[in-house]
Amino acid sequence: MERIKTLETRDLCESAKKGGCGECQTSCQSACKTSCGVANQACENENK
Amino acid sequence: MVHQYQLNGYNIVLDTCSGSIHVVDEVAYDIIAMFPEKTADEIVAEMLEKYRNREDVTEEEIRECIADVAALRDQGKLYTPDTFSEIAGTFKQRSGDVVKALCLHVAHTCNLNCAYCFASQGRFHGERAIMSYEVGKQALDFLVEHSGARRNLEVDFFGGEPLMNFDVVKKLTAYARSIEKEKNKNFRFTLTTNGMLIDDEVIDFCNREMSNVVLSLDGRKETHDRLRVDYAGNGSYDRIVPKFRKLVAKRGDRSYYMRGTFTHANPDFTKDLFHMADLGFTELSMEPVVCAPDDPAALTPEDIEIVKEQYEILAKEMLRRQKEGHPLTFYHYMLDLTGGPCIYKRISGCGSGTEYMAVTPWGDLYPCHQFVGEEQYKLGDVWQGVTNTALREEFRKCNAYARPECADCWAKLYCSGGCAANAYHASGSIRGIYEPGCELFRKRIECAIMMKAAEAEDPELRKYAKTRPAQYLGCGAADDEDCEACGEC
Repeated sequence: MERIKTLETRDLCESAKKGGCGECQTSCQSACKTSCGVANQACENENK
Repeated sequence: MVHQYQLNGYNIVLDTCSGSIHVVDEVAYDIIAMFPEKTADEIVAEMLEKYRNREDVTEEEIRECIADVAALRDQGKLYTPDTFSEIAGTFKQRSGDVVKALCLHVAHTCNLNCAYCFASQGRFHGERAIMSYEVGKQALDFLVEHSGARRNLEVDFFGGEPLMNFDVVKKLTAYARSIEKEKNKNFRFTLTTNGMLIDDEVIDFCNREMSNVVLSLDGRKETHDRLRVDYAGNGSYDRIVPKFRKLVAKRGDRSYYMRGTFTHANPDFTKDLFHMADLGFTELSMEPVVCAPDDPAALTPEDIEIVKEQYEILAKEMLRRQKEGHPLTFYHYMLDLTGGPCIYKRISGCGSGTEYMAVTPWGDLYPCHQFVGEEQYKLGDVWQGVTNTALREEFRKCNAYARPECADCWAKLYCSGGCAANAYHASGSIRGIYEPGCELFRKRIECAIMMKAAEAEDPELRKYAKTRPAQYLGCGAADDEDCEACGEC
């Protein structure tokens, strides 16, 4: 694909099958405390 | 849903539902925009007309690119349909009444008198108060008891100024450590402090026990001292910066954030962030002020435009510094594209009122720290647990698909529907939205992804790509040197 470079990313649709362990950090517990961002949390699922 | 944008010379295409990110040239960029609505012949005709002066854009090339776009669609990496609304509420339903994170308000009092404080100088619109050990212990027992199978439990020592109740912080930490093995839990503590009471004991304690410390610094001395003053009106910058430098210098690779707030007085907040970086701090966070629209500190619509430009300036400068071998972390630009959160995390909301709650000094439970003081949002207390179950159900319904305004927003899988408290304060409903906050959030994500595009293109950037651990580039003083005595700060 000469004109298109695809970055390596986690397949969100695939993650629907095994995700949802709930062990990752609560979004507001790190630094912001006044907004919500979830995309910067690390996945902690040992069986992903 | 596909979102396309151009930033810093990059043409970026997000396929939001698969999470795919494509960096493309301008020809592919146009073709991707046309592909869903037009036939191949129509695309070829339009592209040949638009690029008639470009020798490299031939019909064969265009058809090849159209085929590539179709292939990406077939692989589930473009035009992926949004099928997540049906599962948006399932994670929280499945989790039942599990609680895994508490914000412990150990001190509703503060030794600073910052004019913009959303916590109303730590009092949260109420009386000054200090959490007793008994209340805090009960809060930890409540957390363990309601945490189900979750192993990682998060506790943030918050205020007001939590170090005004340091003895209780130490005792609660010791108590948690004493039960975590037996209960098969892993406590992760955070402490958020204005720095005034940091001393060697606090430094050693934090660096031993706290997974993360959040250090409040607004940036340049003139910015910081404008609002972060003591009760005599004196700025706190000169007193806290040496303490922060000493704490971070001794912290090694453990997580920390220098966390500032910007207001109407400094929408050009990148100068303050770069000042923090020039002090040697590498882990940075800077948040827009949260206050009433008629507050003098509130950001105006004109400020919002300035702030958006500032986010671009920040991203470009961070790339420049990274290329020179001095990468910075900006909290909102941290994206882990391959090891980031699963779709359930992305759609289930922040967890306030369900898995995350705030505890007042006297043991009342609120959905999060920003609701403390709003009596109608009291959920219960740490002895009886959640008694206002109807309110908890309201918060359980908050997710990325709960707000009609989010239906067509490409960023909803990055914010999970946004902050319920911001929505409440802006619209009167936890399922409303705070549009200026959304606008800034979208800009931040665009910048963060652009930085990933730049890293993908430039091996020099990848070489210094910074994820973790934390760093302190600092003053060069030896770890055990007395920072305050050296006088370099």
